[in-house]
Amino acid sequence: MTTIAIPPGMPQYGDVPSYDVAAVRADFPILDRKVNGHPLVYLDSANTSHKPRQVLDVLREHYEWRNANVSRSVHTLGTEATEAYEGARAKVAAFINAPSPDEVVFTKNSTEAINIVAYAFSNASLRPDADPRFRLGPGDEVVISEMEHHSNIVPWQLLCERTGATLRWFPVTDHGRLDESGLTDLVNERTKIVSLVHMSNILGTINATSRITQRVREVGALLLLDCSQSVPHMPMDVVDYDADFIVFTGHKMCAPSGIGVLWGRAELLAAMPPVLGGGSMIEMVAMSGSTFAPPPTRFEAGTPPIAEAVALGAAVDYLSGVGMRAIQWHEKQLTAYALDALATVPELRIFGPNVPVGRGGTISFALGDIHPHDVGQVLDSLGVQVRVGHHCARPVCTRFGVPAMTRASFYLYTTTEEIDALVAGLEQVRKVFA
Amino acid sequence: MQVDQLYQEIILDHYKHPHGRGLRDADDPAASVAEAHHVNPTCGDEVTVRVATDGAVLHDVSYDGFGCSISQASASVLHELLVGRPAGEAFAVHAAFVELMSGRGEVTPDEEVLGDGVAFAGVARYPARVKCALLPWMAFKDAAARAGVDTSPTEVQG
Repeated sequence: MTTIAIPPGMPQYGDVPSYDVAAVRADFPILDRKVNGHPLVYLDSANTSHKPRQVLDVLREHYEWRNANVSRSVHTLGTEATEAYEGARAKVAAFINAPSPDEVVFTKNSTEAINIVAYAFSNASLRPDADPRFRLGPGDEVVISEMEHHSNIVPWQLLCERTGATLRWFPVTDHGRLDESGLTDLVNERTKIVSLVHMSNILGTINATSRITQRVREVGALLLLDCSQSVPHMPMDVVDYDADFIVFTGHKMCAPSGIGVLWGRAELLAAMPPVLGGGSMIEMVAMSGSTFAPPPTRFEAGTPPIAEAVALGAAVDYLSGVGMRAIQWHEKQLTAYALDALATVPELRIFGPNVPVGRGGTISFALGDIHPHDVGQVLDSLGVQVRVGHHCARPVCTRFGVPAMTRASFYLYTTTEEIDALVAGLEQVRKVFA
Repeated sequence: MQVDQLYQEIILDHYKHPHGRGLRDADDPAASVAEAHHVNPTCGDEVTVRVATDGAVLHDVSYDGFGCSISQASASVLHELLVGRPAGEAFAVHAAFVELMSGRGEVTPDEEVLGDGVAFAGVARYPARVKCALLPWMAFKDAAARAGVDTSPTEVQG
């Protein structure tokens, strides 16, 4: 990477927060293992991240010390478990600068979080007395983009099928950027919600949202940002982003699987009908009918993933301890290094932005016409773990005319040596399939 | 595990120089012709297998598709092994290949029956790739059934 001399008085490179990557790596026990006789080179963090000892310790301590069900017991264990669970909610709220912990709904993952919003629309559409912002019918429109993960496509397709609303799409440019040229037509008075990925899980693109937010406000629609790939990697401030909902998932940010988050503006969550019915989410149940608890409880039917939520709180503490600005900068440096390094591999074609600006540390590529499964298999034999396939974003593969892609993705523990191992591995792939 | 157990020279040869690739019409207009298109949704491999038969003998097994080396080499081997065979024999070969692929590397393949298919023994040790190898074989079975072939195996005659 070229270093440019910055004039005195301006912010200097040295002012950027940083951390000791080797010390961080020592927190992740799995990074010590070998794969097929080689040191593990884990380049699949966009798929799922590893978990530091600090998070695993909290998970274990929860079960060994304060295991009980939440929000229903007067006994000591139940009280402590509830405090830990609600404490995690407060930590998550602070992490994304939510005005109140009550705006944080714990879910299973991002997929469930998006489905809660989609089904709230669905349920509201069946009730004439529901909040009109959530009522959908023929003539109404839902807007997503061509670069969405399937989890932000299929729930809206199903919603539109149920309600007769129309699903519309932002296209993607050849450079893998969101094509906003049709914004005013695409987002219009008929639009009820725009649900957009913040950072693409396949192209790595980070979408600039302010123009879209402004247009969404002009037409009185709602905005959901799928932050599954951004919240783990950069500071997030829901007030600053001025979204109505964001979703993200714990397992991509050093927490266990089985815990995710729907954040919504308090006033919107309060206007949404329940989705899953059951225990915990009620106010009063009678044989003649039931009334429902306020959010977030209204959307957390049944016993929630308690220990997983507590561990998500620990993950948030861990990431905040390292510093989200520092993690973001580390990954930006890695991305610049990787884009340069991959450019030296013959016949390698990168899908998505090829500059480390407006993109994160997730890089998909093709190596000649060698199928990604074969690329991934040879890399695996060298200990290098990458994702291959359509990455649950098949419309992007179709857009770029390939059935599948190979993807390397980075996180706070990734090193430039690991990117070197990837590049060396790709040379090996080329030899096998020469 | 060594990757060259998976990518045997025979497999790479079939991948780079596929045998009998391309969907063909039947020579005999009276032949029963049917095809099946199978996909592997996790990786986007696709193959179409077409069978031309008089009900007793598989006069042609043609195919087209795209995907990884394992799936495409497997289609080439399928073609080579089954064209011109009596249906019962073809399904004995089919059964042997499926058994090999399901064997997690514990099954010793019979070269007399499987020919170049023995090279896929290593694939059976990679559970994520077994689906790739089986893709054309499953498409073949569907295509043959649609063409009216009895898909039960009989003894392979040397």
